[in-house]
Amino acid sequence: MKKNILLALACALLSLSAAAQVGNPYIHDPSTIVLCDGKYYTFGTGGGGLISADGWVWESGAVRPGGGAAPDAIKIGDRYLVGYSTTGGGLGGGHAGRIVTMWNKTLDPTDSLNFAYTEPIEVANSVIDEDCDAIDIGLLMDDNGRLFCTYGTYFGNIRMVELDPKTGERLAGNKPVDVAIDCEASIMIYRDGWYYLLGTHGTCCDGVNSTYNIVAGRSRNPYGPFMDNVGRDMLQGGGKMVVAADERQFGAGHFGRYIVEPGVEKMSFHWEGDLDRSGRSVLAIRPIIWREGWPEAGEIVKDGNYKILSRRRGYALELTVDFVRAAGGMRGGFGAPQAPAAPIKGQSIVDVLKTWPDGVIPVRANDYMARPHQKWTIEAVPSAGGYLGGPYYKIVIEGTDRALAAAEGGVVVTVPAFTGADEQLWQIEQLTDGTYRIMPKVVPGTEERLCLYSTGDSTPTLAKFDFNSDNAKWDLKMH
Amino acid sequence: MKNTIKTFAVAIALMLLLPAFSARAQVYADSSTDLDKYMVPVTTPTAVPDAQGFLGRWLLLEPISKPNRSNTVFTDSYIREVFGQQYFPGQLGNTLPKDGSKVKVTVEYQPPVNLTAGRPMMPMGGAPQYEKKDVQLKWHAMDSKRFNVKLFRFATNLTEDRYGVIFWAVTVVECDKDMPNVRLAVGSNSASMWWVNGEEAVILSGDRRMVMDDCTSQRLTLKKGRNVIWGAVINGPGMSDFCARFIDEEGNPVRNITLSTK
Repeated sequence: MKKNILLALACALLSLSAAAQVGNPYIHDPSTIVLCDGKYYTFGTGGGGLISADGWVWESGAVRPGGGAAPDAIKIGDRYLVGYSTTGGGLGGGHAGRIVTMWNKTLDPTDSLNFAYTEPIEVANSVIDEDCDAIDIGLLMDDNGRLFCTYGTYFGNIRMVELDPKTGERLAGNKPVDVAIDCEASIMIYRDGWYYLLGTHGTCCDGVNSTYNIVAGRSRNPYGPFMDNVGRDMLQGGGKMVVAADERQFGAGHFGRYIVEPGVEKMSFHWEGDLDRSGRSVLAIRPIIWREGWPEAGEIVKDGNYKILSRRRGYALELTVDFVRAAGGMRGGFGAPQAPAAPIKGQSIVDVLKTWPDGVIPVRANDYMARPHQKWTIEAVPSAGGYLGGPYYKIVIEGTDRALAAAEGGVVVTVPAFTGADEQLWQIEQLTDGTYRIMPKVVPGTEERLCLYSTGDSTPTLAKFDFNSDNAKWDLKMH
Repeated sequence: MKNTIKTFAVAIALMLLLPAFSARAQVYADSSTDLDKYMVPVTTPTAVPDAQGFLGRWLLLEPISKPNRSNTVFTDSYIREVFGQQYFPGQLGNTLPKDGSKVKVTVEYQPPVNLTAGRPMMPMGGAPQYEKKDVQLKWHAMDSKRFNVKLFRFATNLTEDRYGVIFWAVTVVECDKDMPNVRLAVGSNSASMWWVNGEEAVILSGDRRMVMDDCTSQRLTLKKGRNVIWGAVINGPGMSDFCARFIDEEGNPVRNITLSTK
């Protein structure tokens, strides 16, 4: 009984580690994540925010003066522009609000030489009771160097103004434009000539009963109209779902986009309530998938048994061992059966394990036949830290401790037992097309970051990631 | 000549593409909250739906105070119970109240929101006690100037109530022939219920934002002649509004109808 309880606790810990950021990621209304001197930062309502050295383990420590609500942050040149609203939310009273921006040379509060915010500058406001509530700033710099700022809540319209990227001030003569209704936490992003406006719908601030969800519309023009996938204007309530509740986390709000590199993008937001953390509001990071021109939340890889299939041909990653013929043999396919059909037991690890050599076994790829040497278990390693939005994983042959590992010379092998060594830890991230990049934490003998890569249909190796090549991509399918 | 044809072809292509990219002009922010920005009193015998088919002519009752500090209570059962109560004679009937007529309603009185008292959150303490109060509420025949009917501004301009309210609306749809297989498509902030010729057509429960075509009725028939459409919207702390239109089997707006409030 005691053993079962311990096992259940261990399972709960594992699922916790893979489902959400770890450490103390408690925050409400997080700003877009910004990288500064090798650390990730996000700011929240009320002041302060979170810092992470690896993007997976988050602790409080970011510093933002001014209090107020719902900040956003962006790096422009070698400076950081941080905006927030000096006022808070709430529907019960007036809605005179102020959106301000301020600069800092660094976000690192321990850098006493450079850490100093400039005086906040008002860039937008709402007067009492008009159809706008000037809070919830969202910042976008598009590919043409134009800086846009959206703001607003459920009280009326989401509005947009254009800022001067040199000063952070509103462009002279620029008038606010209404771009959406009945949203909160709006922000624009830009991709392939499209401006996307993302907003949060649903019930805010009700813990695990919050129905907050993030939707998007898009336009070729930064001032809209932003239309959804069925042609509805966001000024008429339109919006296509980007991310809604998960199984144990609820109330997705305050979207931010972080581009790691071409093909690798993340979205940050908060869960209003996380059942695994007393229902508190926590930071969430998910991969962004672009499907038919629309962003949606990808998945953090869940612990489980997988086949790992190359995108190059669809072959399955497997141990380089002799296969063992499955039970059942050759059956005649014609004529009347001599006995009723009956299921045949599939091959299991105990049927083949003794045929495998000890020590290091190389890997290759082959057509999937559901054989034990083609079946992998992927599990997060809670003690190993992670990267932006994900934990490191171990990848072992199902039913064994034989672990996938990077080796000297940029090759990939398996070792008899998982030891937790860095070359046995894997960064597994969903890419913008829904496929996966599988990358060892380190490759012995080189500083380069390499990923699992198909040099031939049947030959995996480690090589530089190239999003434009199917050689660098893999599908994970649970079995 | 070849260049002229090419230029002409490009111009035609641009014209074809243009509607997709600029379906409407930019909407510059406007801080006015006067009622006539949103709706105006009816001055003509009939009206027609707008270009998207939205029904803009409605007889609206001033809000009935119904304090709710959160919209999360708006379950199907709750709103059926609340809208199932009789607030005024002729409710859901075929005969419309007269524009300007008044009804007496007993409500739970709540003090007006003090807009100048900073930015208070909705009070989340213990259950507040509301005293009962008899009030007279007036029907107003209005034409919305927008696709949606901004009940919030109807309330803030004409009454002291803005949150924790129920709105009743009714309009008459005249058809020159039977129109089978149409649907009433509604969006509302927050929950609402809608009836067509006395039959429940669509219900929008929960803490909702107003989204065009959020919920639609099952297929129904608008009969030749007079059809009476009733709606009721409830809100706690939200900017009440609704949009309603009829759509056909292909989802296209039904526009060959006329609207009146008599």
